[in-house]
Amino acid sequence: MEWGGVTAYLVSLVIMASIYGVFCLGLNIQWGYTGLFNIGIAGFFCVGAYTSAMITRPMPSGILANYVHQLFGLNMPFVFGLLGAAVVCGVVAFIIGIPTLRLDEDYLAIATLGIAETFRLIFNNERWLANGPQGLMGLPQPLSSWVSGRQYDYVYLVIVLIVMVLVYLLIEKGIRSPWGRVLRAIREDEISASASGKDVFRFKMQSLVFGSMVMGIGGALYAHYTKAISPDVFTPLYGTFIIWVMLMAGGSGNNKGALLGAYVIWGIWIGSDFMMDMLPDVIRDKGPYLRFLLVGILLEIILIYRPQGILGEEKKVSIMAD
Amino acid sequence: MAELIVYGIVLGSIIALGAIGITLVYGIVRMANFAHGEFMTWAAYLALFIVTVVLPWLGVPDSTFGPLSFGWRMLIAFPVTMVAVAFIAIFFDRLLYKKLRFKKSSAVILAMSSLGVSFILRMIILIVWGADYRFFRPGVMRPALELPLGIKIRPDQIFILTVALVLVVLLYLFLQKTKMGKAMRATADNTELALISGIDTEGIVMWTWGIGGGLAAAAGILYGIDVQIHPGMGWNFVIPLFAAAILGGIGNMYGAFVGGLVIGVAEQVSTAFLLPTYKLAVAFMIMILILFIRPQGIFGGSEK
Repeated sequence: MEWGGVTAYLVSLVIMASIYGVFCLGLNIQWGYTGLFNIGIAGFFCVGAYTSAMITRPMPSGILANYVHQLFGLNMPFVFGLLGAAVVCGVVAFIIGIPTLRLDEDYLAIATLGIAETFRLIFNNERWLANGPQGLMGLPQPLSSWVSGRQYDYVYLVIVLIVMVLVYLLIEKGIRSPWGRVLRAIREDEISASASGKDVFRFKMQSLVFGSMVMGIGGALYAHYTKAISPDVFTPLYGTFIIWVMLMAGGSGNNKGALLGAYVIWGIWIGSDFMMDMLPDVIRDKGPYLRFLLVGILLEIILIYRPQGILGEEKKVSIMAD
Repeated sequence: MAELIVYGIVLGSIIALGAIGITLVYGIVRMANFAHGEFMTWAAYLALFIVTVVLPWLGVPDSTFGPLSFGWRMLIAFPVTMVAVAFIAIFFDRLLYKKLRFKKSSAVILAMSSLGVSFILRMIILIVWGADYRFFRPGVMRPALELPLGIKIRPDQIFILTVALVLVVLLYLFLQKTKMGKAMRATADNTELALISGIDTEGIVMWTWGIGGGLAAAAGILYGIDVQIHPGMGWNFVIPLFAAAILGGIGNMYGAFVGGLVIGVAEQVSTAFLLPTYKLAVAFMIMILILFIRPQGIFGGSEK
């Protein structure tokens, strides 16, 4: 492979890892700082991606309208896609939160898992909504009129990194505020947090909604990178499980850890793809399964031997103390 | 409609067998086991392996019982698989969950570990067997019996109902009459008190996994007999299983049985109005509804 090819490959790798990084940051708000067990990330991934796609795409017209169905098409700029994805995911999270956040953590887990599977079913079966199993293709990319072809990836890389850093800074600010301290107090001991006069339900809800909005942005970033989305992308494996492994590996309760985990695990994931190429044909056909098996074993090892992840939680000092 | 209700009861009895395991593990081991569906998948594939490879090699004849779609091979494979999956469940407890319990990891970490186990188990199935759909006995569809009200039911389905009922009655007798069963109920009620009374809770935990795994195995094989076998079958059961357990009051095994029947009937009846693929979403909606109205379930759960 010539050098141009290698760098192009690296750029695409970093873009995907950074998009996963955004998901990890969202999950870190929920799990790392508040202890909320969301195993339906794929659902927010899916809703975020579809929302942004439909906000930025025009309504299909002419002959195309016979083949492509979608609920709405607003033809608006990319930024509105990101914001819309965040808002819709926030609303979904709010609805799930009402019955589950007063109960044990496990109920939230089951409910989020259920909502993720339900969304996938709906997007698969309802053609009028977003073109069913074929999904939506040819999504617009921001600033694509400036640069074309393969060079465009560099532009998108910058956009993704800007969004990721903004999300990171926003969460860091929130987490070092009194609001963030309440979240961590709830994670450590719900009863004493509530005895100190904190409305535990309300703070959990804010954390769930905030984290899910970040996941919605992640979904939108993904949609405009690949330009094509269909329901089979948002499976529990690619949409939920791998993000959990990233956060646990990097260090939950630490935003730098969340990002580090995303890059490390995505690196391992892509690297293992190369390793599979070296194996004999019989095994290589099983490649994707084998790689997920290894990721699953990695998660179990982390949970038992290093539950704090690579970085572990860092001590949070109030911004007031600086 | 009457026919859909009957099919719903058949599906519901399969869900009930799985949900009892979920609720037992939740009540006694105090963890949400997301790998429970995978026990069903493993059971179906293990039974398939025994029926199509091991028993023919041992020379067990391939005859069928009258109107049923299976014969001695399945009758031998059934209990063997139940025991095997019970040991698989115990194995993962010893390998992973026990370590986490001893480290005083939170219930959520245990649940996450079980989620990892569920992916590991499914990937092994996909590596060994591939992603194709399989049947215990391909081809021949047995003629259905005509019941009053125009209900058509296959003899296999009557067999499924009978087996499920027998297993639940056996479990009832075990929990009510044996010392181990009483100790299990005591642990589910109050773990600390059970410990103080000298009950060996780690032993109870192993029995719980064994029984849960064995019942899940039965559910998986029965589903395989009724419908088909594929790597995603168990994962698709996770939501209905939890819905049934929550509906009956988590920790309450009799509630889980009734919950399973309710979910099964609701799923089948919904196919009269909705696409059959939405069955899972129907189970999920019922669960959300219950969480809104009565989160402790219809019959109330065990004390936590």
